[in-house]
Amino acid sequence: MQTTTTILQGGDSLLDDWASELQASGWGGGGKFSGEGWKHQASEFLRALADASRDGLPDLASPHAAPLRNFLETLSRSMAEKGASSSQTATWVFSLKKPLFDRLNQAIPDDARRLGNEIWSANELIDRLGLFTVATFQKTREEIIRRQQEEMLELSTPVVKLWEGVLALPMIGTLDSARTQIVMESLLQRIVETGSEIAIIDITGVPTVDTLVAQHLLKTVTAIRLMGADCIISGIRPQIAQTIVHLGIDLQGISTKATLADALTLALKRSGYTVSTKASAS
Amino acid sequence: MIERIPILRIGQFLLITIQVDMHDQLAMTLQDDLTLAIEKTGARGVLLDISTLDVVDSFIGRMISNISAVSRLLSAHTVLVGMQPAVAITLVELGLTLPGVHTALNAELGMAMLRRELPEDGVDASGQH
Repeated sequence: MQTTTTILQGGDSLLDDWASELQASGWGGGGKFSGEGWKHQASEFLRALADASRDGLPDLASPHAAPLRNFLETLSRSMAEKGASSSQTATWVFSLKKPLFDRLNQAIPDDARRLGNEIWSANELIDRLGLFTVATFQKTREEIIRRQQEEMLELSTPVVKLWEGVLALPMIGTLDSARTQIVMESLLQRIVETGSEIAIIDITGVPTVDTLVAQHLLKTVTAIRLMGADCIISGIRPQIAQTIVHLGIDLQGISTKATLADALTLALKRSGYTVSTKASAS
Repeated sequence: MIERIPILRIGQFLLITIQVDMHDQLAMTLQDDLTLAIEKTGARGVLLDISTLDVVDSFIGRMISNISAVSRLLSAHTVLVGMQPAVAITLVELGLTLPGVHTALNAELGMAMLRRELPEDGVDASGQH
C-alpha cells in the first residue's frame, strides 16, 4: 500500500498525466468543461486525496476523509447543475486510474505479486471514489427534478376570479392524484375566501380524460357541492366527450359546457346577471 | 350534566352552531334535541352551521345525513352551511357525499336559501310569515 500512498503524495506530474488522459478520452464535452477551471479542481482533488491518504489509503466513511468527501460532493453537484452526464462525471474520476497504474508499474518493476496487490488496492480506492461521486451526482439530479416538479405544481394551479361570485380554474396538463389534491384544496380555499357561489373547472388543457381523472373531477365537484357552491365543468373537447361516453363515466348532475364562455354565460345567468350589447339594451 | 349544543329559534327557522369538537354522544343528543325542537316549534327550516368544525369522521357525516332526513320527515328543510375545505375533502374521501342535503357557503346565504324554499310549503301552521 505504501507505494500508492507515496505516488498520491507526489503531486503535479500526476496531474499533468491525468489531464492528458482526460483529454484523450474526449472528456471535455465539446469544450464545455475544458479550460483552467477544471484543472484547478483536479489539482484540488489530488491535494485532498493526498491529505486523506497520509496514513494509508483512505476509507471514505472515516472522519478524516471528510474534506475529500466534501470536495467530491461539491464537484458532482456543480457538474449536475452544468448538465454533465453521469458517465462524464464517472470518467472524471476513473481516468485517474491509468496514470496511477503507470506510476505503480514504474515504481515496482520486478515484484509482480506486490504490483498486483498495489494495483488492486488503488483500483478499489478509485472505484469507491467514482461510485461516491456518481451517487452524489444522481442525488443532485433528483433534487433538481423534484424542485422542478414542485415549481410546476405551483405554476399550474391558478384560481382566477372571473366575476363577482364566479371563480375559474383552468387546468393544464395531466391530472394525477397529487396534482388533483392540490388543485382541489386551493380551489376550495379560494371559494371560502371569496365567498363565490359558482366555480368553473376548465379542462381544455387536459390532454386525456380516463376513469381516474374523471373520478378526481367528480370528487372535486362533490367537495365543492358539500361546501355549498356550484360547479360547472367546461372545455370538454369532442374527443374527450366521446371518451367519457365510451368509458361509461356518469357525469349526470354536473353541469358541463363545451367552452369557458358558455360556462361563464351560465354562471352569470344563475347569479342573476344579464349581459347585453348597447344596441339591444336601448 | 350532559353537554348540549344550543338550538336557537329565529322566526320559523332553527339555528344550530356547532362550536365544540363533536363527539359521538354529543351528536346523538343533538339529534334528539333537534327533533323535539322541530316538533315543539313547528320550525320550517334548520340551519346547521359547521364553520368552526375542522375534524369530521364517518359518524358525524352520517349524523348530518340523519338530521337532514329526520327534519325532512317533520317537514323542515335543512341547510348545511360553512363547511371547511378540509372537511369537504375528508367527507368525499370517506365516500360520504351527503345526497339530498342542501348546502350553502355561509349562514347568510343559507338563510336566503331557506327563505326561497319556504313559499313552496304553503301556509305556515303557526300563522307567522
